[in-house]
Amino acid sequence: MEFGPYLLLASMEGAVTAAVLALTAVGLSLVFGVMRVVNVAHGEFFMLGAVIAWYVASTVGGHPALGFVAAMIIAPLFVGGLAALADMVFLKRIAYDPERTIVATIGLLYIIQQVTLMTYGPDARPVVPPFNTRLALPWFEFGENGFEIYWPWGLSITSYKLFVIVAAGVILLGVWGMMTRSKIGLIMRATQLDGEMAQAFGIPVERVYAMVFGIGCGLAAMAAVLIVPIQQAHYLMGGDPLLLSFIVVIIGGLGSLPGTVIAALLIGMSDGIISVFFTPTLAKILATLAVALVLVFRPQGLFGTREHD
Amino acid sequence: MTDMTKSLSLHLGLIALLLSLNWLLPSYHHGNLARIMVLAIYAIGYNVAFGYTGLLSLGHAMFFAAGMYGMALTVRHLGWSPAPALIAGILSGFVLSVIVGLLALRTSGVAFMIVTLMFAQSVFLIILYFTEYTRGDEGFVIQQAQRVMGGIDLSEAHNRYLAALLGFGVCLMLTWFLVGHPFGKTLIAIRENEERARMLGYNVYLHKLGAVVISGTISATAGALYGLLFGYAGATFATVQYSIFPLLWVLLGGAGTLLGPFVGTLFMFYLIDFTSEITTAYMLVAGVALVLLTLFAPQGFMGELRKRALGWLP
Repeated sequence: MEFGPYLLLASMEGAVTAAVLALTAVGLSLVFGVMRVVNVAHGEFFMLGAVIAWYVASTVGGHPALGFVAAMIIAPLFVGGLAALADMVFLKRIAYDPERTIVATIGLLYIIQQVTLMTYGPDARPVVPPFNTRLALPWFEFGENGFEIYWPWGLSITSYKLFVIVAAGVILLGVWGMMTRSKIGLIMRATQLDGEMAQAFGIPVERVYAMVFGIGCGLAAMAAVLIVPIQQAHYLMGGDPLLLSFIVVIIGGLGSLPGTVIAALLIGMSDGIISVFFTPTLAKILATLAVALVLVFRPQGLFGTREHD
Repeated sequence: MTDMTKSLSLHLGLIALLLSLNWLLPSYHHGNLARIMVLAIYAIGYNVAFGYTGLLSLGHAMFFAAGMYGMALTVRHLGWSPAPALIAGILSGFVLSVIVGLLALRTSGVAFMIVTLMFAQSVFLIILYFTEYTRGDEGFVIQQAQRVMGGIDLSEAHNRYLAALLGFGVCLMLTWFLVGHPFGKTLIAIRENEERARMLGYNVYLHKLGAVVISGTISATAGALYGLLFGYAGATFATVQYSIFPLLWVLLGGAGTLLGPFVGTLFMFYLIDFTSEITTAYMLVAGVALVLLTLFAPQGFMGELRKRALGWLP
């Protein structure tokens, strides 16, 4: 394939990565923004979403779309509920102390991961996509006959991948609407601005925290359900999304939702494109080093503003 | 007896006990204990930063790996003998901890944890990237012939045990000396209240840097010794899991106590050893232990002991 079509193909793949990454990272960012804690087990909730999607899809018979839709509803609800429970049982008891929360969620990470290994097993299992037509993409060139459009061999995307991009966009719009237009969003933002003051005004801050933690992890589960027909469900699949979400949330400015989405697009697209042209390991080295240096020299993130304390 | 002689005799007593165990233990536990002592050195190093200075790092595996590869690569590719290779390993850890300390200490709290995590992740990826030299995940074996130091074969069980004990004893007494020294006391002051320490005129940044460098260098010593005594270097030792382990050991044994790292390592090693006979999901134990410790016993074994009975424990 020539360079142009190849680049288009790489950026389509990058867009799928970016869409899923944006969902996962917005979940992490929401939790950090409102609760000021870092959830290291976020990637495991992602993994749990994928594994539950496999269970649901293989239990529900009939057309693959039925199982997929069921998974899309059940997995985020289950994972969100579990996360809210974990919040009430563990995080509330350590009063959301930032450092102890990290240690506790590292523990939670291993618990979720290892329990999955014991029950679901070490195999990677696929989920059948609800629809999967191959769509050829056109490319153009200015040749001897002037401008012409043709369909290069191998330049194509599946309808399911397009659906992932659109679905992620819709869910993100939903989150944005919830945060800015609804009563719940108002309560969350009030809690984020000043927890004690919110409490004084009668907002049940602890319940808000549990809900935010549930929604954040539920978003990761949704992202996982979307990606699982492309990638298989495996008990170790939570590592990469966690690391990438960290990177995205830090570059985007801790706790800023628009910054997170922009950074997810940036990282997802460049990850897709860079790993086509360079080795993925080198790309990851550069990304992690860049993030560490961003945190050291510009702790408010590239898009964030300095906080007023 | 004054508190100081009490604690000195306790620590020297432990070393003497471990020495006598060399001739008493059955071979399986003898081998285990050698391993535990080397890992306890790693925990001691971690404890200097986390327990005494309050710097929670999630990336100490990079120092351990720096020591291990600093030693193993010079042996493998340059044909160095164990003694200079060991020093090369320790020096690599020293240099890395100076660089990481200078950068990471510009942040604090949660940002410090993430920065150290990211640096460690880059070190791990760099090891994978240079697979040609490091053999990546697979790692490589250091031949028995390359592990003879001054006529002593370090792959032989008793020599290995005594070498591990020597390293452990030196590091333990080094930290014993450190926490009694004004420098160590200042570190504790910084842990308890950083602002107050700064107000009193201490250079907090330099003290923290000192703590990170001491901690990183001790961790690298553990890595280099581990590679040398057990004859293997692999990228597994640079993974996040190996950054979490010392945190777990120190939390379990008691952060900010001198014997805590050893007690925690000993306990956790056998717990995991026992669990891995039953299930492959042995890290479950580590997860449960971390959660329970944060919830119910943030002080760990020795910390609780110090609080309840032995107030003089350093």
